[in-house]
Amino acid sequence: MQTEPGSSLPEQALTRHTKDIRLTFPSSPLSVRRALQTIVADLQELELEERGSVELVLAEVLNNVVEHAYGAEERGWISLECATQRDGLHFRIRDEGRPMPAETPPMGAPAPLPERLDKLPEGGFGWFLIKDLSRDVEYSRKGDVNELTFRINVDTTARQN
Amino acid sequence: MQLSTRTEKDATIITVDAARIDAAVAIRFKDLMRDTAEGCVGRIILDLGQVDFIDSSGLGAIVASMKQLGDDQKLELAALNTNVDKVFRLTRMDTVFPIHTSLETAVNSHAN
Repeated sequence: MQTEPGSSLPEQALTRHTKDIRLTFPSSPLSVRRALQTIVADLQELELEERGSVELVLAEVLNNVVEHAYGAEERGWISLECATQRDGLHFRIRDEGRPMPAETPPMGAPAPLPERLDKLPEGGFGWFLIKDLSRDVEYSRKGDVNELTFRINVDTTARQN
Repeated sequence: MQLSTRTEKDATIITVDAARIDAAVAIRFKDLMRDTAEGCVGRIILDLGQVDFIDSSGLGAIVASMKQLGDDQKLELAALNTNVDKVFRLTRMDTVFPIHTSLETAVNSHAN
């Protein structure tokens, strides 16, 4: 969408797109997989590697909700919103599971590689990947709802119309 | 999720017949790898040519698969596509596993 300099169009009008995505799905690994496939199919204009980054970050965020906010025993819903803007894709993920410990997202420091193979970490990569591949990660607890927002800096030129 | 196995030269090739190693199949993958690798000696080449997505659960399952091998077994990876390769690079796991660009390169490699 092109606008003339000095245009009085409100910001909201510039950022609304027909290609915005909204999904709601149950908390389970298979539902997460289907949701990811739906989103990736919707992002065909992106480069392969950018699409890969989006899928990876979303997989890590959504798997965390399934495994930690709800846990294997608990049922619940996850909602995902994606808005296309000039500075990338803006995501908002919400769930009604347990809040994050200390109500803050983990630091996501890379796991150190130990000298011995049998001490090699099998987990803890999720938050590192999220923080590495996304920007402006913010978590808040609103009543009974967890809300995580973040931006993935991909070239959205092809989606901007 | 299914694995198929064959032997070529001195190596056992385990091919992942699936497009994803993700949280939904990570435990099954690890179990299948244990069963499949049992009795193999020497180089085990994991052929990831059909895999186009791995998340941190899948990565963890590959690491776990390596850790459950015996002293006489060695796990190597081959034919990683762009996005799979990226996960290994970002987490520096590319420094832990020998990674070959193709299955053919892996089979013909005599790095040891």
